[in-house]
Amino acid sequence: MFHVHRPITAALTIVFLLLFSLPARAVEVTEVTSPGGIKAWLVEEPSIPIVSMNVAWRGGASLDPADKAGLAYLVSSTMDEGAGELDSKAFQERLSDLAIQLGFDASKDSFSGSLKTLSENTDEAFRLFGTAITDPRFDEEPVERIRGQILSSLDRKLSDPDSLAGRAWFELAFGDHPYAQPSEGKMDTMAAITREDLAAFARTRIGRDNMLIGVVGDITAEELGPLLDKTFSDLPAKAEIAAIPQTAPLSEAAVKIIPQDIPQSVVVFGGQGVKRDDPDYYAAYVLNYILGGGSFQSRLTEEIREKRGLVYSVYSYLYPMKAAGLQMGGFGTSNSSVKEALDLVEAELLRIRENGVTEEELAAAKTYLNGSFPLSLSSNDRIADILVAMQFSNLPIDYLNDRPNLINAVTQDDIKRVAQKLLDPDRLIVVVAGKPENLEEKGKGAEKN
Amino acid sequence: MGPIRPLFIISLTLCIIFATSPTRLFAEETIPTLFDPKVTTLDNGLQVVVLEDHRAPVVTHMVWYKVGAADEKPLKSGIAHFLEHLMFKGTKTLQPGEFSEIVAENGGQENAFTSQDYTAYFQNVSVDKLPLFMEMEADRMTNLVLTDDIVAPELKVVLEERSQRTDNNPAALFGEQFDAAQFLAHPYGTPVIGWRHEIENLTTEDALDWYKTYYAPNNAILVVAGDVNAEEVFELAEQYYGPIPAREIPKRERVQEPPQLAKRVIEMSDKRVRQPSWRQSYLAPSARSEDQENVRALEVLSQILGGGVTSRLYNDLVVEKKIATNAGAYYQSGSYDKSTFVLYGSPTPDHSLEDIETAVQATIEDIVKNGVTEKELTRAKKKLLADAIYARDSIRGAANILGSSLASGETIENIVNWPMHISKVTAAEIQVAAKALFDERQSVVGRLLPEPAKS
Repeated sequence: MFHVHRPITAALTIVFLLLFSLPARAVEVTEVTSPGGIKAWLVEEPSIPIVSMNVAWRGGASLDPADKAGLAYLVSSTMDEGAGELDSKAFQERLSDLAIQLGFDASKDSFSGSLKTLSENTDEAFRLFGTAITDPRFDEEPVERIRGQILSSLDRKLSDPDSLAGRAWFELAFGDHPYAQPSEGKMDTMAAITREDLAAFARTRIGRDNMLIGVVGDITAEELGPLLDKTFSDLPAKAEIAAIPQTAPLSEAAVKIIPQDIPQSVVVFGGQGVKRDDPDYYAAYVLNYILGGGSFQSRLTEEIREKRGLVYSVYSYLYPMKAAGLQMGGFGTSNSSVKEALDLVEAELLRIRENGVTEEELAAAKTYLNGSFPLSLSSNDRIADILVAMQFSNLPIDYLNDRPNLINAVTQDDIKRVAQKLLDPDRLIVVVAGKPENLEEKGKGAEKN
Repeated sequence: MGPIRPLFIISLTLCIIFATSPTRLFAEETIPTLFDPKVTTLDNGLQVVVLEDHRAPVVTHMVWYKVGAADEKPLKSGIAHFLEHLMFKGTKTLQPGEFSEIVAENGGQENAFTSQDYTAYFQNVSVDKLPLFMEMEADRMTNLVLTDDIVAPELKVVLEERSQRTDNNPAALFGEQFDAAQFLAHPYGTPVIGWRHEIENLTTEDALDWYKTYYAPNNAILVVAGDVNAEEVFELAEQYYGPIPAREIPKRERVQEPPQLAKRVIEMSDKRVRQPSWRQSYLAPSARSEDQENVRALEVLSQILGGGVTSRLYNDLVVEKKIATNAGAYYQSGSYDKSTFVLYGSPTPDHSLEDIETAVQATIEDIVKNGVTEKELTRAKKKLLADAIYARDSIRGAANILGSSLASGETIENIVNWPMHISKVTAAEIQVAAKALFDERQSVVGRLLPEPAKS
């Protein structure tokens, strides 16, 4: 479908999952503990005959060895390509014949799986999921086929301005820290991964102690318990997960230009943000909404899009990771107006630092952030995401009820204090892919790699 | 998110939701309907469709206008989409931007979108706010105010949008050229966002002309989905939309295709392209006007040929022959006029676009000659029928399917009975449909290539 108004960026969506606010009608979340001691959070929803499950394991692509970056991603792309007695084709046909949706994914801090099935096939769907995680085959044929697809995609990204700008931003911001490396890896590191690496990942990184489960749909707690044991009890009790060293993005201004022969420059900017467990998290969250988080109702959109027509989309978002917190943003604009738009971004950062936000802006932000929350509970899939995100962030099971209070407690003073910490134009890291006019590289961005 | 998407299948023009719609293979008589909408039409012609879903206290409120880019006049490409942007710019009683401000202040999310066949506006919001948003949406159906100083910056925004979606992306640029080659005369050959040189010349007057010609209750469909009672929604619709008078709407008559007698092959090289890709598209029937059984057969065929990793094309080209990194097919049955059925593939480094084309043609010939197997048929139907059940999980998705299908001229009856129609498709029908579809003369082959290496 042709969505031609304000796009919702993928980044925004991801962050939103970690940030949800309060339901007007409580969603009843139950903690289910299986006979074997495996825990899952469950929301029963019998009105549609489907069951959704999301599972995350702590420790993600950032734990990949530098020379094998992309390992977690390749595992996630091949774990559904044959398991147990079923080879790739038989496994996929089994899923297809029962219309079961099963897949895996890797992000910087987690490895995750998702399952969706008609409730009439719940047992078999869970069995297939369990086989995939405990007994994946990683046969040569599917591994090489999928690796070929990923290499082809990585090659394409070498001329994709969004991807180029995003990757360069993380390299500039994080230097030698694992957060600098892209989750999908690079062509040479992707080529270096062996099938034994995949098998070792499955044996060691996916355990019961680093696992978080959310289930939503046409299933009761009594039905779920035994299924959890059948599905997960063959996993090792403990995963071998190294800790990612705590870090922070580069703390000095930098501008890097990646020359691309395109009419519109893609700009990514950002710097210090907050982690999810930071006491200032909610203040930063509200502040980000006012700056560039609300689609039309943001200062950046007002100044850069509405008043001047320089962009189709300008946005900001918080990116809280386990070992660092980021405040990010971005836009695309004609090569001739990159400088003007960037100056406007910096002016808005400065204005918020100096003057804070108005009482009206703060009130409107709270109303939106609290009032819009029930919208995220309108599908089982989304609720399953939220259940896992809550556990990932160590939030209590009744968190959804408490969230409005946490947001409503944010004051103008909090916002001002947080703005001083985060929105520093003198420490902004900027990457531009395109042919920007009148823009100079600066700081570390001017250094040759 | 499943297999890697092919390079130029960023479908910028047509809505494919219905083709990939949702269900379960029961005995025929127990096959559930796709949804269970309640429908009425107000005296002023506004069609009202309500879908009750009480899982969460929220509602999706949408207005679909039965006008899109394919209804534009020559020289004015992009006006349908441009007006969509301008609908957020204020009315006799609301200042520019105030609409969105009120939506946000009430915890709502909103957006709008334009296709070749329709233009739609929506808010997702807590259910107690429904009357407020009905009042506001009804207001801008008839009271839009536009001035040059408001319109000018928005035209720049749209040009930046075109840069972002299309001009920055060789695959998207190639997609425009491809559509232009597929449709010799029909406006589906013109991009929804418009050609840049025509967008640049759009004026406030053009926008107001468009608005006054097409925005009226008798040219619109109201879709409300969520924690509501249909009778109450009908009453609210009467209260807020009922007073708006109907207006004479120009008949929806578009230039129709002449006979397509020559296969077209188009090729583009661009230095930003790093991986070659291939596709072939065939002129295909749409669900509105043509034989329903034929259309449903083609929907099942597209699932068998190109729906995911167990499909024929993926299995033959990617898994077995190993000549492609990706391959598939899709069919956009939900358009108002004739649509396309598309096959695509990207070669592995050791193979060429010719290898892909040869293999795809062999697959097509096999289906035309020998049909599909019962196993393939069963699996495809099972998948499509399951999709119909999965579709019920998303209130917004359901509202989209109903709105887009109705705005493209489908009947409610055909929409809700889609699962049953799918379940009745036979292998023989698929073979007949395939024979009629795969006429080379009505096809376009597209080859997108990296720039040749400098010698």
